Amino acid sequence: MNGKCWKYGDNVNTDGIIPARYLNTTDVKELASHCMEDIDPEFVKKAGEGDIIVAGDNFGCGSSREHAPISIKAFGISCVIAKSFARIFFRNAINIGLPIFESEDAGAEISDGDEVKVDINSSKITNLTTNKEYSFTPFADEMKDIIQAGGLMEYIKANY
Amino acid sequence: MGMTITEKIISAHSGLQEIRAGQFVYADVDICLGNDITAPIAIEQFERLGIDKIFNPDGVVLVPDHFTPNKDIKSAQNAKLLREFAQKHRIKNYFEVGRVGIEHALLPEKGIVVPGDLVIGADSHTCTYGAMGIFSTGVGSTDLAACYATGKVWLKVPETIKFVFNGKLNKWVSGKDLILYVIGDIGVDGAGYKAMEFSGPVITDLSMDDRLAMCNMAIEAGAKNGIIEPDDCTEKYIKDRAQREYKFYYSDADCEYLGIHEYDVSTLSPQVALPNLPENIRPVEDLSDIKIDQVVIGSCTNGRISDLRIAAKILKNKKIDPSVRLIVIPATQGVYLEALKEGLIEIFINAECVVSTPTCGPCLGGHMGILAEGERALSTTNRNFAGRMGHPKSEIYLCNPAVAAASAITGKITHPEYID
Ligand code: SF4
Repeated sequence: MNGKCWKYGDNVNTDGIIPARYLNTTDVKELASHCMEDIDPEFVKKAGEGDIIVAGDNFGCGSSREHAPISIKAFGISCVIAKSFARIFFRNAINIGLPIFESEDAGAEISDGDEVKVDINSSKITNLTTNKEYSFTPFADEMKDIIQAGGLMEYIKANY
Repeated sequence: MGMTITEKIISAHSGLQEIRAGQFVYADVDICLGNDITAPIAIEQFERLGIDKIFNPDGVVLVPDHFTPNKDIKSAQNAKLLREFAQKHRIKNYFEVGRVGIEHALLPEKGIVVPGDLVIGADSHTCTYGAMGIFSTGVGSTDLAACYATGKVWLKVPETIKFVFNGKLNKWVSGKDLILYVIGDIGVDGAGYKAMEFSGPVITDLSMDDRLAMCNMAIEAGAKNGIIEPDDCTEKYIKDRAQREYKFYYSDADCEYLGIHEYDVSTLSPQVALPNLPENIRPVEDLSDIKIDQVVIGSCTNGRISDLRIAAKILKNKKIDPSVRLIVIPATQGVYLEALKEGLIEIFINAECVVSTPTCGPCLGGHMGILAEGERALSTTNRNFAGRMGHPKSEIYLCNPAVAAASAITGKITHPEYID
């Protein structure tokens, strides 16, 4: 994964990622068109396919709405890097196959507009703009199984 | 070494004698809950699996409460999806509009969730039922779909932080104030991924409604679950409601806690959370001249009968300030009927409040009381993120029902003793 970063602060909440006024639909294209709307109304205009969202602590806090990671994934964001993720957002992202990486230093140091590369095999995040390298918290083996299957439903299909 | 109540319930549902915090398990689910926002995605996912049977129709609960009575055509389509899924799979715990209530008030009230259960819900406030000695946690729609198929959920066993409340609560101070105070103390991710276990003499004296309000907001500290060991209060609450057999679990004396927080709450006054995070806590008396446009009394936190009783006590024979709109939302049809019988609804209407049918409504900015740009609400709900109740540039202050009612009378944030 390789992309341009959009940087946000702590406690980015799911109401900001996808406001409740759009929760009357499950259409992924429509959800994508409102991605991050109440955090950054310009986001869908300026960000592009393959870009990366970087944030501080507790990214995705608040509601359990899967519409939040769905809108990010459907918009084409390649992954989210944060200092930490809120619990339900974390499991939703794993379950739907949106790559997310937890890294205290990367979440703190990467700036808006930086070009960043993530290598899952070597567990490395490289900031190509500053030439700095970071590692991210490894996933539990059981979570890797779900990620490798392509999400929880695919995992279930293969294992039940 | 012993186990915490949270570890014990998860272990009993994983077929394992003993489990430890940090362990990864696939646990059996007693009840899984979905609503009109989250269940549609789960149903679509489940149907794509091509399995024709759900794991156990009696373990599935569907509560269309967020945008109902259907606020627009798209919500109506989603509600229809739930209704048809319920019919197809013979799900008895589907609640049509005339029987519905806000999910986290409804499930305890009807005895659908019982002590000792392991409950998941595609709604973050599923942690509410911990008040009854249940392990319950919020998950996403895909988890729900997986549970429809397998009856199981993947979980990492959480570490537990214990919170002990000593002293005696002042008048007008409730479970809501205790949990706001804790969130103010530890922060919105202070219990991230952890279990919060509430105990101490103050909790022993607390009503079930107040305990439910406390565990409801465990998620606002980032917790996986909130939990209270069952006692006489739990027994009294559940014995005539339980739809199934229940079991009381307790933490062992030698169990391991990640940390223990002790509070003496004898001097605590009602707490208010300022925009835009539930951790921005101030005692109500520190706030003066904060004018409000709208007050909401309701939600899965504070829409139960005891909440309405407190509000009515303050509003009796009074009128709210003409510059304020006060929306009262009984959390369930049962609460609504009880409030009607007790004359509370009459008090609200005479005070010039509006009373709504049970719904989440304004709590998530859905309908029934959306804020305009620059407006400020005082609300008994649980989240005050920017724009949650409407326009991105509107504000929400959180409080208990007494503060909400008193403030509606004066038009600005007010300590209830001022009205009393
Ligand atoms: S009342 Fe509010 S917090 Fe509770 S379930 Fe409804 S939307 Fe969620």
